[in-house]
Amino acid sequence: MDISTGATVKSHCVGTTAIVYASDYLNKLTGEKIERECRRQLDSGCRALVIDFADTQLVNSIGISILLGIIDIAEKSGAQVVFSDVNNQTIQLFDMLGLTRHVALAKNEQEALSTLSGFNPMPTLH
Amino acid sequence: MEASTHKLIHTFGALADLGQEVANTGDFTEMVRTSLHLLLGTLALRRGAVAECNDLKNLGCVAIWGLDHTFLKEFSVTEQEQSELLGIESPALLVKESNASFLQRYHEPLIAGGIELVVPMIVRRELTGFVLLGGKASGEEFSADDFETIRAMVRHIGVGIHTHRLIEQVAQRAEENRRLYEELRAIYRDTVRAFAAAIDIKDKYTQGHSERVGRYSEIIAREMGWSEDEVEGIQIAGYLHDVGKLVVDRNIINAPYHIDAKSSSELNRHPVAGYEILSPINHPYADIPLMAKYHHERLDGRGYPDGLTDEQIPLGAKIVSLADSFDAMTTDRPYRRRRSFEDVIRDLRENSGTQFEPKVVVAFARAILNEISGNAKERRIVKMLGKGYLDGERVPLLLTDLIAELDGNLQSTAAGS
Repeated sequence: MDISTGATVKSHCVGTTAIVYASDYLNKLTGEKIERECRRQLDSGCRALVIDFADTQLVNSIGISILLGIIDIAEKSGAQVVFSDVNNQTIQLFDMLGLTRHVALAKNEQEALSTLSGFNPMPTLH
Repeated sequence: MEASTHKLIHTFGALADLGQEVANTGDFTEMVRTSLHLLLGTLALRRGAVAECNDLKNLGCVAIWGLDHTFLKEFSVTEQEQSELLGIESPALLVKESNASFLQRYHEPLIAGGIELVVPMIVRRELTGFVLLGGKASGEEFSADDFETIRAMVRHIGVGIHTHRLIEQVAQRAEENRRLYEELRAIYRDTVRAFAAAIDIKDKYTQGHSERVGRYSEIIAREMGWSEDEVEGIQIAGYLHDVGKLVVDRNIINAPYHIDAKSSSELNRHPVAGYEILSPINHPYADIPLMAKYHHERLDGRGYPDGLTDEQIPLGAKIVSLADSFDAMTTDRPYRRRRSFEDVIRDLRENSGTQFEPKVVVAFARAILNEISGNAKERRIVKMLGKGYLDGERVPLLLTDLIAELDGNLQSTAAGS
């Protein structure tokens, strides 16, 4: 498994799925780096994104806005997005704000990859 | 944790971040972009934009998120539409429902772009711009709480934009003031030069003297490492050092031979008269009247008007004194031809420490040496002295010797003390 740390965001690919690791605090600085990395992966041909939140303690408003942007970009590229290893507090936040209507949640990376193997196109957001 | 508590914490966090962001006076566009992100992220809105009023009628988008590249970047708003918007009490206008003329006019592109809400930013009864917002990612309608959150956050963004504009205006005015000040200084300098010319016209034998003394003084001060402001100041002092001659009888100034004691005493009044003329003026540079008053003082106390000694004489007056004497020695007078450069150097050597300040003499000699050896950008002293005056083979040696001797004296005096 080849892990790249381009733009200080760790990521690697499994087939056509890119796994991108979010940092401990998802804010403007780290959020924009993740967004850039996701764009890069989609531009290089990835058909699905797994964003791993294992290290993420907190997501602020800017983080939410950027994650919505990533969902948008993925949708336009016809790619699916899965959030994995999200802590309970962040799941509540994603639920409350409606993000979970547009992304699948997985307990961990393996489960995320399994979810994606039975790939179903995402519902279109408007 | 209850969902409502969770939502409150999330919103408070965003408001705190927004407060910090709008107080940031750095990159304006980045401030607006981040503020938009914060607003969108607080309610999980998929898209939005902030449009700022560029002038009374036109708005331009400063930040856009999640909108197609074909979405409008510019809007216009009529006076009538503005007064209508200022009168609306609702904090946000629903694009689908509002009857506001502005929204009616832009209804189609707003709907096509997925914009659901238009929130005017009104600060001090003035339209600062608009925040345009798309729908919630949850697909839910906006609640009353959502409208309150939007109202609070948009007010913050509006104040941030308004403050930025004020800072820009202040900076613009400061720049205008700086330019005006520069212009005033230039006018002052030109007036002083014209005045110097007027002083010199009174003395038919020394035309251009004040201007040359100003230039020599400036060159010496610069060689001594003075700041640009100080250099400008001493140049002015040089131009005006003889202003007191305006009150001296023209016949005394223009006497073709040595004057008698009475006339000499009348002529010697000019430094004090100059001080009295210059003192009431609020000069942009320090000590100009004092430099005029003391430019005939000597280190040994035998000068006039006050017989001051070494440390009592301001350095500026010492510089003007040397520049004045140097010009007197190197220009023709009614009763004699100008002296040779070798003779002038001899005079400077003999009178250093009694009439002239040695440090000032060394600086002047260095400035001349730099010009004749090609180390100076301009050859201003050479030009003022005229063609051929500094061409002698011995000139560099004379200057080097003078500098070495006076420098040596200065160093041994310093070591002795």
